[in-house]
Amino acid sequence: MERHVLVILPHPDDEAFVAAGTLAMHVHSGAQVTFACLTLGEMGRNMGIPPFANRATLPAIRKLELEDSCRALGIQDLRMLGFHDKMLEFEDPELLDRTIGDLLQEIKPTLVMTFYPGYAVHPDHNACGAAVVRAVGKLPAHERPPVQCSAFSSGHELEIGAPDVINDVRPYLKSKLASIRAHRSQFQAAELMGNRDYTDKELEVRFGTEVFWTYKFES
Amino acid sequence: MQLIKQEEIQHRIDGLIDQDVYVHLEMTTGAYAAHLDSSKHPAATFISNAVIRYSHGSISGSGPFRVGLKTLQGWVYSEGLTHYEESDTSRLIMAGHDGQGKLVVALQLSREPF
Repeated sequence: MERHVLVILPHPDDEAFVAAGTLAMHVHSGAQVTFACLTLGEMGRNMGIPPFANRATLPAIRKLELEDSCRALGIQDLRMLGFHDKMLEFEDPELLDRTIGDLLQEIKPTLVMTFYPGYAVHPDHNACGAAVVRAVGKLPAHERPPVQCSAFSSGHELEIGAPDVINDVRPYLKSKLASIRAHRSQFQAAELMGNRDYTDKELEVRFGTEVFWTYKFES
Repeated sequence: MQLIKQEEIQHRIDGLIDQDVYVHLEMTTGAYAAHLDSSKHPAATFISNAVIRYSHGSISGSGPFRVGLKTLQGWVYSEGLTHYEESDTSRLIMAGHDGQGKLVVALQLSREPF
């Protein structure tokens, strides 16, 4: 069992699609979970269908959605770190590293979860993963918690191989779907949910497994 | 957000003439455009909280709409606007949404920073 899981992702809803079942699983087994969400996803394109949000109201709406999602998963500690959506790769790296380093010092997590730098498609995902890997890499090797990364860029397995962490999250599917649906302004996105209702079996196939790669530090 | 009413937008544009206003101007294909379809060219651009002052401004077209603002030194232009926020009376918030409801373009004007 993990004592304290620290998950660091850039956008509200990243947790829902990437790690919701895994986080619910860790909570269920008694772990503390801290979710550090770097931005409020305020530059997102989805505003609900029909649009009930706009560029100016989106951050406040997504903040509430994020809190709902965390409640659905049982996450005990949510930190909203206030960086600007889409701008992480341009942010002062020292500020990012210090922010993440402070969290590592405070929480002393037994497991860190983030995106795999370079293999996570969205520039914010890659910048977030890179900052987490840099911050953890600064710790002495024997103090480093394992870092489990999510990767999904096309052809990623050709370069980083198969995932070494494969979580069967079917027992937590209900919480995961509640987490996805909590992101009301986002989850109708056709490319994520399709345009129809899924059967239970289809949901299990589509959302029942979560995979991660344990990051290999060079030294 | 509501579908744009041209006369209402014109009225609101006129209400911000000859004063310093903060502008948010944006256009985006989304960060996943090329990931989902490699033939797509991903592009996005935005500028937030630039201060402009315009002497003339109008909305044009039959929907989606175009807006042009003549500033002291140049122009602000946006095409593809479909929606605006009726309930926000202190700011003019306009956006263009595609057939899937996703924001493609946004033009926002406010006397206070966004």
